[in-house]
Amino acid sequence: MGGTHQKLRAPLFPGLAALVLASGYVTALLAAEQQRTIIALLGIGIAGVVAAAWLGLLDPVNRSFADREDALGALGIVATLAVGAYFHEDHFVLLLLVTVLLYTVATLGLNIQFGYAGVLNFAGASFFGIGAYTSAVLNTYTAVPHLIVLLIGGVLAGLIGSLLLLPVLRTRGHYAAVVTIAFALLLKTFLEVNDVLGGPQGMQVPGMNILGWSFNSSFSLGPVSLSFYMNYFLLSLVLLVVVFILSRRLERSWIGLNLDALRLDETAASCFGVNIARWKITAFVLGNFLIGVAGALFGMVGGFVAPNNYTFADSLILVSILLLGGIGNPWGLVVATVIVVVVPEKLQTIQEYRFLLYAALVIAVLLFRPEGLLPRPVRRYFPGWRP
Amino acid sequence: MTNLLEAQDLCKRFGGVVALDRLDLAVAPNEILGLIGPNGSGKTTFFNVVTGIYRPDAGRVLFENVDITHAAPRTVYNAGIARTFQRSRLSLPLSIFDNIMIGNHKRLNQGLWFNLMRRHSFKAEFEQGYRAARALLEVFEPALAERMFEPAAGLPMIDRRRIEICRALISEPKLLLLDEPSAGMTHEETAELMKDILQVRDRNRNLTIVIVEHEMGVIERITDRCVVLNFGRKIAEGPYRQVAADGQVQVAYLGVAS
Repeated sequence: MGGTHQKLRAPLFPGLAALVLASGYVTALLAAEQQRTIIALLGIGIAGVVAAAWLGLLDPVNRSFADREDALGALGIVATLAVGAYFHEDHFVLLLLVTVLLYTVATLGLNIQFGYAGVLNFAGASFFGIGAYTSAVLNTYTAVPHLIVLLIGGVLAGLIGSLLLLPVLRTRGHYAAVVTIAFALLLKTFLEVNDVLGGPQGMQVPGMNILGWSFNSSFSLGPVSLSFYMNYFLLSLVLLVVVFILSRRLERSWIGLNLDALRLDETAASCFGVNIARWKITAFVLGNFLIGVAGALFGMVGGFVAPNNYTFADSLILVSILLLGGIGNPWGLVVATVIVVVVPEKLQTIQEYRFLLYAALVIAVLLFRPEGLLPRPVRRYFPGWRP
Repeated sequence: MTNLLEAQDLCKRFGGVVALDRLDLAVAPNEILGLIGPNGSGKTTFFNVVTGIYRPDAGRVLFENVDITHAAPRTVYNAGIARTFQRSRLSLPLSIFDNIMIGNHKRLNQGLWFNLMRRHSFKAEFEQGYRAARALLEVFEPALAERMFEPAAGLPMIDRRRIEICRALISEPKLLLLDEPSAGMTHEETAELMKDILQVRDRNRNLTIVIVEHEMGVIERITDRCVVLNFGRKIAEGPYRQVAADGQVQVAYLGVAS
């Protein structure tokens, strides 16, 4: 900031330190068993972040992530792999990690819709469910290769979502959101009364199988035996990395600029040639596609789909991740997904009250930090680029 | 010589209010035309009809002899008409660079594949855009050119106007519609802004300007010709001095009792 631009690239170290601390912290939290330890860890975590913010330690971290995103992204992958490796035998923790990875993919899709194009989608869980049901049906009744099934799940979510295009384009803001809520209710009802899709009891989803490699059987690397969830963990990580890079490129392109322009001022944007309908449609369909792909994989991970898994409440969780993390900031989404998915699972004492926790968290964020935990910085088309 | 922009018999009503009443208005190539008149006389409505934000109830608009009466705003922009707004309409959370590049839309490759996958070509286009935006901004305020990747929020009014005008100019339009560029600025700031606009025009002799303005000093100094509107009708037309001496204009606008 200020009149003089720093001509030097920000150092890597603050970002690296933050990454190491964060992965260490998440590992400790995931490994903790006793409720007392977990509560203490959460207290330490909150106090640590507040203290770091107060001491001004977060700004160098932000700068380092802005300028060295490629390097820190690669290190982030390594850190995630390290956390996964630490828990290589633990079914429960690996499932939790897979959930975090796939929810992040879904919220990245939601972020393209709401964060960039300004189209609020309260049916996120429905599109996630469409992906999962696609896996259930195709894996049960057909021999379509399972990686293709993921794509089909995304395409179907995008196509079925297109039914909403007309109302979404003709209404704005809250009204479009109401349309998506109506869709979520309709879809749930449809799934419940449809016997082919298992009705209210739902369906089994056969696990993923790539070229004879069954993801649902444990395997071992030499003397080390691994949980079968390790397969899903690795595939989910690959999916997240690809989607993260693509959505980052989308933001850092003229298309990202178009979406921001039309979100902020539709009239001005159209006066400068932006085709409002084209880009709203692109963002909405692309977002649903990503949510559908994540859902298709999640269906295979869980092995089971039912209408009750994809309710309005689950859509609200996805939206609250977006609000919590910082609308438009993919790094914020990663952090927020970890908080929203992991904390209630570990804090067994609050399981029953987790929606209360989400509500309180979102209200607190909206009151004290309306732009989310990690507010979105201005667009940098190429990290570290200097004129 | 044919006109660059021609409005024929243009009517626009809002309920019972007649905003444009059978307006005939022609803009010649390369001129600077002042559009003046009291508040509510239809000046901004005229801009909104020309740029496709409003549909006229009757009449035609021709730009380079092509009918653009019912064209969408983006078609009008692609044809070569750019505008500024009476109340600043920048995207404040976006950077200065982003705001200017919004105006460059028609010269940027909007393909999905190009933007996502061909990052090397994209980078070349980005750097080209950066140089163009910077060169333009330097005419208006060199200090701003150093701060292109800072958010537009927090900048003073004059800087926002400058950015808005750069956004309109970056695509090298044939016709620039300026809607009260002096609103919210001091006399000195207005004078400076006008000087800069004329400087851009000196470089690009093909630029035609229509300016809506309440500061008569500005109108007198920069326009070749004026059109005076009152209740959506044209009541006078000609060089400023001639128009200002017109009895009807003095009653309607300049505040002289009849």
